Amino acid sequence: MSVYETLRHFADSWFLLVMFLLFLTFCLWPFRPGAKDHNQAAANSIFEGQDDGE
Amino acid sequence: MQAEAALGRIGLWFALMFLAIVAIVAAKDSGFAAHATIVAAVAFLLVLVSAARFDPLSSGRSFFRMPDGPDKYDDDPVRWGVLATTFWGMAGFLAGLFIALQMAFPQLNIEPWFNFGRLRPLHTSAVIFAFGGNALIATSFYIVQRTCRTQLAFPSLARFVFWGYQMFILLAATGYLLGITQSKEYAEPEWYVDLWLTIVWVAYFIVFMGTIVKRKEPHIYVANWFFLAFIVTVAMLHIVNNLAVPVSLLGAKSYGVWSGVQDALTQWWYGHNAVGFFLTAGFLAMMYYFVPKQAERPVYSYRLSIIHFWSLIFLYIWAGPHHLHYTALPDWAQTLGMVFSIILWMPSWGGMINGLMTLNGAWDKIRTDPIIRMMVMALAFYGMSTFEGPMLSIKAVNSLSHYTDWTIGHVHSGALGWNGMITFAALYFLVPRLWKRERMYSLRMINWHFWLATLGIVFYAASMWVAGVTQGLMWREYGPDGYLIWSFADTMDAMFPMYVARAFGGLLYLSGAIIMTYNIAMTLAGRLRDEAPMTETPHDAQADRPLPAAVPAAVPAE
Amino acid sequence: MTEHVDTTNAAEDKPKGHKRLERNVTLLAVATLVTVAIGGIVEIAPLFWIDNTIEKVDGMRPYTPLEQAGRDIYIREGCYSCHSQMIRPFRDEVERYGHYSLAAESMYDHPFQWGSKRTGPDLARVGGRYSDAWHVQHLKDPQSVVPQSIMPSYRFLAETDLKVPDPAETMRTLRTVGVPYSDTQVKQAESDLALQAEAFGNAKDLQSRYPKAQVRDFDGDPGRLTEMDALVAYLQMLGTLVDVNSAAAQEELAEEKGR
Repeated sequence: MSVYETLRHFADSWFLLVMFLLFLTFCLWPFRPGAKDHNQAAANSIFEGQDDGE
Repeated sequence: MQAEAALGRIGLWFALMFLAIVAIVAAKDSGFAAHATIVAAVAFLLVLVSAARFDPLSSGRSFFRMPDGPDKYDDDPVRWGVLATTFWGMAGFLAGLFIALQMAFPQLNIEPWFNFGRLRPLHTSAVIFAFGGNALIATSFYIVQRTCRTQLAFPSLARFVFWGYQMFILLAATGYLLGITQSKEYAEPEWYVDLWLTIVWVAYFIVFMGTIVKRKEPHIYVANWFFLAFIVTVAMLHIVNNLAVPVSLLGAKSYGVWSGVQDALTQWWYGHNAVGFFLTAGFLAMMYYFVPKQAERPVYSYRLSIIHFWSLIFLYIWAGPHHLHYTALPDWAQTLGMVFSIILWMPSWGGMINGLMTLNGAWDKIRTDPIIRMMVMALAFYGMSTFEGPMLSIKAVNSLSHYTDWTIGHVHSGALGWNGMITFAALYFLVPRLWKRERMYSLRMINWHFWLATLGIVFYAASMWVAGVTQGLMWREYGPDGYLIWSFADTMDAMFPMYVARAFGGLLYLSGAIIMTYNIAMTLAGRLRDEAPMTETPHDAQADRPLPAAVPAAVPAE
Repeated sequence: MTEHVDTTNAAEDKPKGHKRLERNVTLLAVATLVTVAIGGIVEIAPLFWIDNTIEKVDGMRPYTPLEQAGRDIYIREGCYSCHSQMIRPFRDEVERYGHYSLAAESMYDHPFQWGSKRTGPDLARVGGRYSDAWHVQHLKDPQSVVPQSIMPSYRFLAETDLKVPDPAETMRTLRTVGVPYSDTQVKQAESDLALQAEAFGNAKDLQSRYPKAQVRDFDGDPGRLTEMDALVAYLQMLGTLVDVNSAAAQEELAEEKGR
């Protein structure tokens, strides 16, 4: 098998699985229990203090 | 000391001017000579500006003024950016209207400089890079300072980014008229202009990163992620797609290192992600800041915004091959492009939902606040075009739609609806704050702008959809005798009414932008229009009472 | 500025995972770059190795200096805005424009001219379909030959002398980016440029370096070498190099997978 074919097989099998799992991890990450307060604080950070014209 | 610095700067510009003049003399072609002339003229202008600034007492309102003090945000580049956005927007819309009219009335072509083929890249670059790019630079400088609670890092570099970018626009635009082009759509400028943009872009990256690095806020707000992805990815795309070898260092012409199929895919990998990262990620950053600010409530789901970010940037980059369906590009690449384009629908709508639902509990603002209304319409068009996009990327649909005006309609529902509307909303948000005015000169004019723009887009998208489907069907229509029915010229003839309707839509859109320009000018002049408030819903005392649930007691006995 | 980083980082007790990403802008930038690089690499890189995108087909040759000059004019005038050069494998397109385009047919195109819009018809195989005189008349005044046409007029091409600053340098540059011009071809670039547009030029001579090259006065103005000469020469060669119906080509096609 050529290098290309080897890589191709790898890309279509294991690497695909790895990427999919990575993607799932990224997606689920913000839903872990500890993240809630953190996310809320971040979302509200743009409203703290007077920041308009100054 | 100051004298030395001023002299040094004058010397620097003078040296540049001298080099440019040498380039004019030695240039291999007239286009390069013309561009060298422009560079020399700008350098000369800067010699004059530097000389004028030599007066150590003039701390007046110079264009190169640094921030007022450590406790103020550095907003000068943002103000210029707002003005530049308005100006280039008008220029780009006007160019668009003109070429739309050229397609209906070919007599409007004035050879050689104002032929359609040269004006079309002028229009696309003016709206995407000049209007959109200035909006992105201005809003990113505004937002990154607010969300990081710090001034721009490297203030002089930030000024260089703004002016350097205008220089890029000037060279690109004049180049198209002179016929200096690489012919790669949305990447037309030649090698030296590309190099210049690379320098400006690296400076932009340094200013943006530097500001985030010196931030006073622990968290990096999600808008900045999108801006960062936009800056980093556009740098990658720009460099790879524009790799070229100039024929002469004193000539405009170059040949790209890619050819044929490889070039086609590299180009559309670039082209599609110019949409994905320039026109989507960057403008989503605006959405994630301005929509919550204008609605005065935090973004609907911060978690969703994280998922939105990673899935959007990961998926977008794969979708390029859908521009090359059924071409000589290998089939697997086309299929990959199609699959990822369809998956892309999800994060796109996730982002739209996140933006729209931010208004949850404040939906009444759509009625009362024309800026919110504009934002909602922008998100609605974002949703529509990110549905239409995946649909057009399905190979069966694409076989009909490709090469037709359907694509043009699709692009414009995204560009006019999403990019245009969200930028207008951002401008209306920024202008009173940047120039310390109570509000825009007129809210009712914003409302007029909203309706003119919306109606314009409806005319545009509808006519181009009809035109595209008509074209696609006529091209492939067979008669009972087994021969093609229509000659190509017949199909062109059928487009005429649609092209007129499209130009009318463009006129409406341009009219809205003219109203905006007037509104901004009057706001800058410090005027407030005396007008009835937007939201006058008269108080009806009769209706303003609880439902008469207690009344049944009063039912008379029989 | 560096101090700020230090104080911010010191204030935190080493955040982990995505939280760390959210607070470290360098990491965020790198992660972003990696994420966006994957798709492009996986899709584009194989095209440099896969057979049917790099295979050669009989008849393909680099452009002659005059054709290349015409091509540069085609690009300069933005013809690609309205004309594609990529015939898709559909019955109607094949009947309208000719055999569908092969990958190899644009292998020497820097840059490619496949286009994305057909405001006007496809030009991938326009060569030899119309006479030179038709092309010249059509370019000068499109509506005079196709009344419905919305094409701009290009009268100025016939009035502008063809100026190629340095044809040999052009070919050397193209050789740098991968077009296999021979030393003879580069050396004779200037004379070949003029030769191809001569009314009674030595066609055999040019064809020894560029098979199937067409030698004649293209613009109907034998006294001058104009931009019109170059553009028409380019248009007249489009799609004429590969004989797609020959047995050899059919065999190549059969091997092309995925079309």
